[in-house]
Amino acid sequence: MSLSTFKGGTHPYEGKELSEDKAIRELSFDGDYVFPMSQGIGAPAKPVVNVGDHVLAGQKIAEAGGFVSANVISSVSGTVKIIQPRMTTGGVAVNSVVVTSDGLFETIEGIGTERDWTCLDKETIVGIIKDAGIVGIGGAGFPTHVKLMPKNPDAIEFFIANGSECEPMLTSDYRLMLEEGEKIVEGLKICMSMFPQAKGIIGIENNKPKAIEHMKELCAHEPNIEVKELLTKYPEGGERQLINACTGRFINSSMLPADAGCIVDNVATLAAIYDAVALSTPLMQKVITVSGDAVKETANVKVRLGSSYKRILDEVGGLKEGIEDAGKYLCGGPMMGQALFDLDVPVTKPSSAICAFIHDEVSENPTTACIRCGRCVDVCPEFLVPALMQKAAAKHDLEKFEELNGMECMECGSCSYICPARRPLTQSFKEMRKLVAAQRKIKAEERKLREQQAAAAAAAAKEAEEKKEDNK
Amino acid sequence: MANLRNVSSSPHFRNKTDTKSLMLDVILAMIPATAFSVYHFGISALLIIVLTVLSCVASEYIWEKLMHKPITVMDLSAVVTGMILALNMPPEIPVWIPMLGGVFAIIVVKQLYGGIGQNFMNPALAARCFLLISFAGLMNNFSSAKIGFDALTGATPLAMARTGDITSYSLFQLFLGNIPGTLGEVSSFALIIGGIYLIVCKVISPRIPLTYLATYAVFAFIFGQHRGTYIVYEILSGGILFGAFFMATDYVTSPITVKGQYVYGILLGLLTGIFRCFGASPEGVSYAIILSNLFVPLIEKYTMPKAFGKEGK
Repeated sequence: MSLSTFKGGTHPYEGKELSEDKAIRELSFDGDYVFPMSQGIGAPAKPVVNVGDHVLAGQKIAEAGGFVSANVISSVSGTVKIIQPRMTTGGVAVNSVVVTSDGLFETIEGIGTERDWTCLDKETIVGIIKDAGIVGIGGAGFPTHVKLMPKNPDAIEFFIANGSECEPMLTSDYRLMLEEGEKIVEGLKICMSMFPQAKGIIGIENNKPKAIEHMKELCAHEPNIEVKELLTKYPEGGERQLINACTGRFINSSMLPADAGCIVDNVATLAAIYDAVALSTPLMQKVITVSGDAVKETANVKVRLGSSYKRILDEVGGLKEGIEDAGKYLCGGPMMGQALFDLDVPVTKPSSAICAFIHDEVSENPTTACIRCGRCVDVCPEFLVPALMQKAAAKHDLEKFEELNGMECMECGSCSYICPARRPLTQSFKEMRKLVAAQRKIKAEERKLREQQAAAAAAAAKEAEEKKEDNK
Repeated sequence: MANLRNVSSSPHFRNKTDTKSLMLDVILAMIPATAFSVYHFGISALLIIVLTVLSCVASEYIWEKLMHKPITVMDLSAVVTGMILALNMPPEIPVWIPMLGGVFAIIVVKQLYGGIGQNFMNPALAARCFLLISFAGLMNNFSSAKIGFDALTGATPLAMARTGDITSYSLFQLFLGNIPGTLGEVSSFALIIGGIYLIVCKVISPRIPLTYLATYAVFAFIFGQHRGTYIVYEILSGGILFGAFFMATDYVTSPITVKGQYVYGILLGLLTGIFRCFGASPEGVSYAIILSNLFVPLIEKYTMPKAFGKEGK
């Protein structure tokens, strides 16, 4: 059987063996829990509690601040200590609700109540998912209820569960598939019930044979769900690459998966959907991996959202003896994760891991001149020419960057990883993409303004004309 | 601020292969050809190779020192340039000529345009052509007492083929390298081993060499003799194998786009065919490559890949 995959990509050190055999365990502690109002894509949420309020686990503490936005749910019971900007994993301060846990983890009424989802209609299901504050917890953080409301639901032919977990070091999705696979399958079925034409696909990389076997067993009596074995290659789990690997279809940056008849959700998101819809439990906890060569004990832990990374690392066992400080700490994996300069930042919905490495490969490998070897072209999963894009970026030539399809870049990092001259390709593209997006916005606004002025001038001219007529 | 941490934009892993290791692989791939040239032409070949490499490395070091630029000799690219240049020399060349070529390659062709990655022509080949023009007699003297050829009529196999004679050397002789020629080009066997090493280690892709050789074979078949042996003879003689595996694949001066690499290979094959079949001198690989180098920006411009999901738009 030939494995499904996409063209391009690379194969960095997987690092899965460090934590793949560690069963998920729950980790809760007292102290402060921080809930940023912005946890992924979309408008920030608006706090609906005040300082001093007593809140319960499962209680909504902030409401979606727009259509593309998600509620924030408290994961602990306790008192609202303060509402102020707090540092997040992204390195920026975001307005956050800080709840001091009372250590009781009291929940609101009704949590855990079983519900027969088969008799719920589509609107109710989407409503429950929206209330539960669920976003794409695989990393992107796009509000799930928005994803589940495509313009033309009948055109959805594939509902893809992303279990590829292509990011090195991460094993949280793997453990979830092994230990809570039923929830994932049920979650997928809940989603598929809203799209009568859709076929379910669970895509898993072939470096997780146990997960593939287990999910296949679970889906043995589900004729409409296929478990697809994917080639282990980064970025197999990128949305566009996964769609391509599973269905052979292509989408570009200006298209949505729905345009290709697909909806993609991470397996962890599907488990969260099951919890919300069938067990009346909003998104409060998340499995994250603790790994890296600097940590004493690797782990897969189910933590409460808002927990501090520092606290998690300490509770799990901290750093190896003899290591005073790691060379680098990451939130997420080494390919797309963010470097942390402050570990006391909260776990948010899209968080997936905390990694600590003895060596920082980036600062230990200084940049040299591009030798045009073309490796970046070979690995780019978006079929771009990173070497030339960086030339444009170095000159801040936005036009050239766009001409080279720079906006199609998905910032996967494959080019920077493979570059023998260790050039910070991805980094420069991230910056350029922001600049181009900002410029597009400005241009659109200018166009709008010009149109308004032209309309106003035309109206004034017409009025003057009419006056003239009247005067005659 | 004792607790400053390393932060940087993702990704945080780096592949083990760097510029230096790539250059080292190219050097290793040239070892069989180098060893054969020493065996075939004697210790004087080793002297030429070592001194040319030294000349290149020293030129780079001194120039960068004088210009207050970071010293890049440790990336080994100057060693590669020196080896390619030396292996392109006839065996009886006075050693100061390739050494002068090394200075030209590094300073005029490479450093004046901004150093590694910035030159638009292959430095070693540009230097070879500079020497060919400046010292035509010495550069075309392929007689060598050591290997038993008549010092007066030491014609290379390619020069013989030009007159229609492809029987003076057997194909086996050509394959092994028991023929007159430049230091590195004689043994097709050693070159193919090096080429395979580069392809297997993924240092180069087979796209350029194979397209180049295939195009040239077709050209030679149409405009030369319509015989299989002739084609094999043409491929095994002269510098085309050395050129295809080691010089046309120079990263800096070949297209970065996949389609462009095919176009480039075809262009090389055509130009080599034209020079060899219709030119004034029997050989045309070096000129074909440096001329094609000049077309690289144009080729790239018209062979940009279609972005993912933008096919047909």
